[in-house]
Amino acid sequence: MSSDRTLSMRPSSVAPRGNLNDLTPIVHRVVERIGETNDITTLVLEPLDAPSMTFRCGQFNMLSAFGVGEIAISMSSAPGEGTLRHSIRDVGAVSHALCQSRVGDLVGVRGPFGSDWLVESASVEADLDPRDTIVVAGGIGLAPLRGAVEELVRANERGGGRVFVLVGAREPSQIVFRADLDSWRARGAKVSLTVDLATPEWDGRVGLVTTLLADAGFDATNSRAMLCGPEVMMRFTARALVDLGMDPEGILVSLERNMQCGVGWCGHCQLGPFLLCRDGPVVPYAGLVSQLLTQRER
Amino acid sequence: MSKAMRDLVEVHPFMTSMNEESIELVSGCARNAVFAPGSLLCAEGGDADTFYLLRRGQVSISVHIPGRGSVVIETVGAGDVVGWSWLVPPYRWTFDARAMDDVGCIAIDGACLRVKALTDPSLGFALLSKVSVTLLERLQATRMRLLDLYGDHRVQ
Repeated sequence: MSSDRTLSMRPSSVAPRGNLNDLTPIVHRVVERIGETNDITTLVLEPLDAPSMTFRCGQFNMLSAFGVGEIAISMSSAPGEGTLRHSIRDVGAVSHALCQSRVGDLVGVRGPFGSDWLVESASVEADLDPRDTIVVAGGIGLAPLRGAVEELVRANERGGGRVFVLVGAREPSQIVFRADLDSWRARGAKVSLTVDLATPEWDGRVGLVTTLLADAGFDATNSRAMLCGPEVMMRFTARALVDLGMDPEGILVSLERNMQCGVGWCGHCQLGPFLLCRDGPVVPYAGLVSQLLTQRER
Repeated sequence: MSKAMRDLVEVHPFMTSMNEESIELVSGCARNAVFAPGSLLCAEGGDADTFYLLRRGQVSISVHIPGRGSVVIETVGAGDVVGWSWLVPPYRWTFDARAMDDVGCIAIDGACLRVKALTDPSLGFALLSKVSVTLLERLQATRMRLLDLYGDHRVQ
């Protein structure tokens, strides 16, 4: 890893950062709309009258559908990609309105907020992280990881550690970013897919995403992992990785609660002592987080 | 039984932590087997007289559903076990198991092993313990899939 930053959870008692500018949406125009699956749409956005956003892989923005509401959506592009992408699943009123956006429509953007996957590009080869990276995504969980995988594959091409991308989906038609998966595979990443429900034309693996771990071929004792998907999936995957010998400190998970302000002011996204909009969404699995994930929230 | 077969059996994950004597007894009922892509390891309704310790390749577990054809429920691969119907009466396969690519495995004669397990309770217990672990893992995986984690859980 090129960065000397380490990921640590800050307790919510720390004075919140952010200022009023963080609460003001910047108007963006939809310049491209990509239908990923029957209910997942990627919007490519450009600011109307502001500089392009600088962000890190794994962070999120608050997107507004004007007149409807605002939701937290992770960036699905890599910082070096030159575009600002968000991949949105149509599950509620705001996400539905955003998914229905057409090229030329305007949306509000606040951000970027939160923590990231710690995969900044190394400027010199000597700084490349030699460890294997295991990326495990479930369903739309690949979206917040897409930029990170792109950076990791690029680093691997320059001599960095190997990249393993393990993806689980409900059914074949729900696998997102197919072109990217093919591209990463062609560029040296080991990409494995599995589905819960096979269709007649599917000739790949069927079963939980954790079943891809055993024969993926990584060295668990010298690797790190990034997990994003349904929380239960991440919990079981993290446990399986630890059973294989991975250091829990090397496992990052992306958690989501009811993000609203994005700057740790409103408290809606509290998980135990943490405010996930500020202390997360990307957090280390080790320690308190692994315990919180198994506790009933009040 | 050849030493080579014993060595193959010993290193399979299913045999981990089994004692020397049990490995010897299991190896005495084992043979090498290969399956070409598309061929059946076992077919629903057939006599469950064998189980397979997979060494390479992938195997689909499927069931025929009228109107939908053969539906794959699960896939298993190297290190996994195919079949436990050999252990439970009426010793009949309840699913099809089909090679998805070149499959190499150790085929173990279930009837042979049942006789040995009945006469040697320590082997019987060791086998049941190992099969229980496999069954538990599959049960947990099935429960997880029943949650339909990636499903369309709409919020309004």
